[in-house]
Parts: sequence; structure tokens; C-alpha cells
Amino acid sequence: MSGLEDIFRLLFTANLWQATLAAAVLLLLPALGGVISERSGVVNIAMEGMMLTGAFFAVVADLAWHNAWLATGVAVLAGALMATIHAVVSIQFRADQIVSGIAINIFAAGLTVFLANRIYGLQDVGHVGPTEGLPNIDVGGLDQIPFFGKVLFQQNVVVYMALVLLVLVHVVLFRTRLGLRIRAVGEHPQAADTAGINVYLFRYSAVITSGLLSGLAGAFLAIGVSNTFVPNMTDGRGYIALAAMIFGKWTPLGAFIACLIFGLGQAIYDNNSVIHVSPYLLSMLPYILTLVVLAGLVGRATPPAADGLPYVPGSE
Amino acid sequence: MNDQQLAVDMRGITKQFPGVLANNHVDFSVRQGEIHALVGENGAGKSTLMNILYGLIPPDSGEIHINGKHVHIGGPRDAIALGIGMVHQHFMLIPVFSVGENIMLGREPATGPDFYDHARARAAINELTKRYGLALNADARMGDLPVGLQQRAEIVKVLYRGANILILDEPTGVLTPQETKELFVVLRDLVKSGKTIVFISHKLKEVLEISDRITVMRRGKVVGHLTTRQTNEEEIATLMVGREVLLRVDKKPAKPGAVVMQVENISASTDRGVPALKGVSFELRQGEILGIAGIEGNGQSEMMEVLAGTRPVTGGRVLLGSRDITTYDARTERDAGVAFIPEDRRGTGLVLSFSIAENSILGRERSPKFSWHEFVLRLVAIREWARRLVKEFDVRTPSIDVAARNLSGGNQQKVIVAREMGSKPKVLLAAQPTRGVDIGAIEFIHRRIVQERDEGTAVLLVSAELDEVRSLSDRIAVMYEGRIVSIEPPDAPEERLGLLMTGGGQAREGAA
Repeated sequence: MSGLEDIFRLLFTANLWQATLAAAVLLLLPALGGVISERSGVVNIAMEGMMLTGAFFAVVADLAWHNAWLATGVAVLAGALMATIHAVVSIQFRADQIVSGIAINIFAAGLTVFLANRIYGLQDVGHVGPTEGLPNIDVGGLDQIPFFGKVLFQQNVVVYMALVLLVLVHVVLFRTRLGLRIRAVGEHPQAADTAGINVYLFRYSAVITSGLLSGLAGAFLAIGVSNTFVPNMTDGRGYIALAAMIFGKWTPLGAFIACLIFGLGQAIYDNNSVIHVSPYLLSMLPYILTLVVLAGLVGRATPPAADGLPYVPGSE
Repeated sequence: MNDQQLAVDMRGITKQFPGVLANNHVDFSVRQGEIHALVGENGAGKSTLMNILYGLIPPDSGEIHINGKHVHIGGPRDAIALGIGMVHQHFMLIPVFSVGENIMLGREPATGPDFYDHARARAAINELTKRYGLALNADARMGDLPVGLQQRAEIVKVLYRGANILILDEPTGVLTPQETKELFVVLRDLVKSGKTIVFISHKLKEVLEISDRITVMRRGKVVGHLTTRQTNEEEIATLMVGREVLLRVDKKPAKPGAVVMQVENISASTDRGVPALKGVSFELRQGEILGIAGIEGNGQSEMMEVLAGTRPVTGGRVLLGSRDITTYDARTERDAGVAFIPEDRRGTGLVLSFSIAENSILGRERSPKFSWHEFVLRLVAIREWARRLVKEFDVRTPSIDVAARNLSGGNQQKVIVAREMGSKPKVLLAAQPTRGVDIGAIEFIHRRIVQERDEGTAVLLVSAELDEVRSLSDRIAVMYEGRIVSIEPPDAPEERLGLLMTGGGQAREGAA
């Protein structure tokens, strides 16, 4: 029983929740990307690869120019570039979107290791100095609120950006014309096309947006959290983000709640030195939760009707 | 006639698809303010022509003039801008969106930066529905509406986009007779308020009832321009098919024999667990065709599945002769002599990637005729069998090795009909046997069903086409909400059947 007691005690520390939110944001950004992409009808399991590519190029750019913001920009573009490949293959060439996603994930893993070896001759790229990383920002005043101040207002700048993006994506998807059209394209592309909506344009934009967001998550991971690049450092986060998206029933807010749950698991796992539960057991938690969701035990999750189906103009 | 009167004037339209010349120098013109019917069999090129007019497909050559002006239509956007609207056969509606969102899509009113403006959307729809007398609730979820109202939403959607020329692709295919009547009232009102309508159909009665002029297509070409008042069903059918067609089913009175199948008070549920059959009873005799009339979704599909052994009952029993076959599965049903033509030929009736030969023995592959010890297939016997069926049932195919996918709908259906009749069944269950099939193939399948009856088979026919039920059946059972509400003679008036199908009317004696 001591393991459970340890966890229980841990749950009342602000440190844990601060780490939970940061871990959740790492998942939230690619999950938001997944929501946007799949709402437009393109299945996207390539967040892992796009995020990893972003992480690598963030470190490369940061080492070259010593500017975290420039490096973040490069990472975002790198993620978008990988997304563009997925978009071309699955939208233009109507290939199987799962296969394309897997291919991108494997490609990204290989590419980053290859380039790391070529450029630095090392597996470990080397550390980015703390001054060149993405800064933590304490929101003046608010960060002094007991408990919540530490959890909510002593965070990395990307955390604040992610929370703004979360609200933005939710509002755009469900309150605006743009969002209505994105969803229409994902539900019934023929209907959207006959209503004069450019299906390809919307799908390309949505997939590329998922790359931008995943690239940002990669930058956060590499030069916000760890200040280094390690091969395969995303460690399955892109897949957990995918699970969070499904868990959240393809909604931004639902995905965020799922990310918090998964993030909590991650934070507890990271604190495994102070508790006495097998870390391996803890690391299984997100996946078990995902299986529970997929089995439909937490209410049926219905994907967009045309999710994963290539659009052929003039077809019915 | 001068060009000013023509709403649509398409000249020399040609469109080549791989292997098919879909449109071959087609001339098609529609006068302003008329209802113009475009008829032809499946694959005649009607849809291609209309998709070109709506900008969904670019033509290889030809000119389009709208209201006298030469235009280029590069996409639906251009068509919409020219006042052309299309109501598709498969509705272009999103079930999870509201009626309002569906209608507004692509032209949504916005407030602020880009927010969807519910109030203005509702006002715009109410204004339209009032003007054209089309009642519709803008806030309902589209997927919750009956098909007739969904179609109405499609029409409002097209009107909202300012369409003056409305193309309706097979609009009555999914409607009940009552809904069809309502649609025709709407169409006449639209024409009165100055709209022009292109009505695509292969239901000749409806074409004759609603249209002013008719263009007939066959194999990518226009084969006739007709004035509705001066033509008749036979003339149109002959033009469509290219030979004389027998529109009436030619059959002698039935000589019903002993009761073969006895259905006693069966009940069953849909896949979602909703009760679909609520105590259905009837007897089926040798040498008769019992037709089930009813609006789709009143339990017919579930009943056929129960009888074919693919859906469990929740009560009641089914006797074949004196044997209780209630709990039989599809395989034992077949072995007992029940053949089944399912309503979904592509999903249930065939394995589309299999050849005709393979499809011709589906469900019978274990019979000693086609395999040794239910294990190794007798390929020579199978091929011989398939060749015989193809010949006997006039399946148009280059060979028996062609994948079922590559056959036309009518020929796919013939393969199924051939297979099922070829097993010499005691009972033939035929669900929508001619759905989406050409007139020529319909004529053939009808003749075979009657022939099967004359040879002593008991036939149970389910069809959404009331005409088909009336012309084939020896008795008509009307189904409504999971019950058989009445059993009628084949000459029962259409109005009476229509009333019974919608829950009205008085049942005759002897109905369960």
C-alpha cells in the first residue's frame, strides 16, 4: 500500500501539477494538430515524426544562431514540411493515410539520427545553453498565488502559447465559418465541394497546420524542456497525442482533458524516485486508458465521417 | 425559337472516360420556365452531362450557353454564380450539422471577424421557406429528418444560392408516393415563380406527369427530343433501351399449391436494438408470389434477414414445411431450400473482387457438385456451371473470369439472380430485385421471377417500388411499422395501398 500512499501525497504538491501541465502541453500541441487534420478528413498519425523533426531542427538552429525564437520558427517550418509530405501523399496521390503516417514517423526517426551523425558526428548533439532555450516566464503577481500560482503562472512561454491556441482552435472550429467549412470537408467532401468549398485547399491547410503545431511541440521539448537533442526523444508522445485526440472525441477541449490525464501519468512517472510503484507499470497507464477509450467504454467516439477517405472530385 | 428563351443550351458536348465515351456530341437545351426531363438508362450519360453543366467534370469539347450567353464553367462555384443549382441523387447533406448550417454552407452569414451568424442564417431560411411554402426547421439536426424533408432542405439550399436553373438528379428514387406528390407540388410552384427545372429520372410515369419536354439519352448520345404531351411510356422506353420493351409483366394467374413457409408472429430488432418486427405472420404457398409493399424502413429488410437466417428473432417461429427453421443460420437455410436475393447486391450479394465464376457458387461451395469432400473445389465443374448461368441469364460479360466489380449494376444483379434461382429453391426471397437496374434487365428479371413461380417456387418479394409489387404479386401484404397491416389482392387500388403504407386505411379480413 505504500506505493499508493506515496502517489496520494504527491498529488498535493504544486510541483507535480506544474509538471503535469507542462507534460500535457507537450501532448496538447500535436493533439490539436491531429484534431484539425482529422476534422478536415485526413487521418494523421504522423505527429510523432513531425514533432521529432521539429525537435531536431530547433536544436540545430539554436546551436547555429543562438536564438531560441528563430530556432522555434525553424522547428515549426520543419514540422510543416513533414506535414506537407503527408498532405501530398494522402490528398494528392490518395495513398493510404495510415501507411503514409507510419512512413513519415520512420523517415523522421532515421533522418534526424542521420543528420545528427553527419553534422555533429555524435549521437548526442550537445547541449543548448540555458540562455538560448525557450524561457520560463513567471507572470508577475499571479505567480505568487499559493499553489495555483506555481502550477499556472510559473511555466514555459510555450505553455501559455498552447493554452491560447487551445481556446483559439476551439473557437475557430465550432464558432466560425472557417471551422464550419473545415468540418464540412471532413464530414462530406462532396457536399462541401458542391457548395463551392475548395476541399483540397482546406485539407492541405489543415494538415500543414498540424505540422506547425507538432513542430512547435518539438521545439518546446528540445529547447524548452531538455535543451538537447537525443535520438527518438519524442518517445511516443505523438502517438499519445493521437490517443488524446481520440479520447477527446476529436474536440480540442476533450483532447486537453485527455492530455492532462496523460500528463499527470507522465509527471507521476517522472517522480518515480519518490514513490514506490514500478515506473514501467506507470508508463503503461496512457496506453491502457487509450485502449479503454477505443473499446468504447467511455462513450462511443465517432470520428468525422470522411476521416481517412481521399476525395475524388465528381465521385459520389 | 430564339436563344433568349433558352435557359440552358449545351452544344456538342463530348466527354471521354477511360474505356467509355460518356457523352458523344450531346446537344441539350432547356427553355426558360419549363420542367425538362432528362431520361436514359444507367450509364447513358445523363449524370455526366449534368455534372459537366454543374462544373464538377470538365468536358473534352463542346459549348455551354446559359440564358443566351456563352459561358465557361470551371467548377461548382462558376455554376452557382450563373444561377445553376443541383439537387444530387445522393444528398449532399451533412447529418451531424443543423439544417441551417447545411443550407448556409459555403455562403454563411458572418459577424465579427468570422463568427457564424445563427440569427441571420435562421432569418434567411425562414424568408425562403415562407416565399416558396416549404416548411422547414432551421435548427433541427439534419440526420434526424425524414428523407422527404432532407430533400426539401437540399432544394432550399439550392434556392438560397440564388439558383434559377435547378437540376434534380433522380429526386424521387428515395421518396414515398406521398412525398413524391408533395415534391411535384413544390416543383410546379417553383416553375410558377420563374424557375427552370431539369428533372433526371428513369421512372417514366413520373416523367410524363411532371415534365413539359423530354430528352432521351442512350449510350452517351441523345436519341430523342420529345414533347411530353405528344408521347407515351412505350415510345420513351423504346428510345431508352433501343428496342421494344415490355413494360407490363406478362403472367398467367397463379396456381398456388401447398403452404411451404409459415411465419408465425415473429419479432426482431434492428442492429441498434430497436424493435423492427412486432409480430409478423403470413403463409407462403407453392407457386405464388407474395409481395410486400411498404415504405422502406418499416421492417422489410429485417424480415428478409430473419427468413434468410442472418438475423436472430426475438420471438415467434418460422416453419418450412413441417420443419422449424427459426434458429437456422444462413448456411442451413440454404441447405433447407431457401434462396435469398439480398437488397444490397454490392455489399451482401457479391464479393466484388471475385470473378463471376466464383460468385456463381457463393454459399454453395460445399455442395458435392462443386467440391470434393467440402474441401477441394471442382474448378472445371464450377466454370461449366458459371458459363451455363451466364448464358441462361443473359449476363453481358466478356468472360466468366471478369471480376464482379467490373460488371454493370444490371449484370451484377443477374449474376445473383442466376445463382439463387440456379439452386432450385423451395422458397425464393427477393429483396429489391431490380433496384438501380436498367429497364432491359428489369424486364428480364421480372420474367424469370414469374417463371420461377410457374415452376412451383414460393416467392416472397420485397420492393420499395409499388409498381413492381403490384405488377408481380399474386397477393400483396402491406407492412407498416413492423407489422403486416393488411393482405390485399394484386388489383388493389394504388391509393388504398398508399394509405395503408402510411398507417391509414382499414385492414381487410385475414390480415394478421
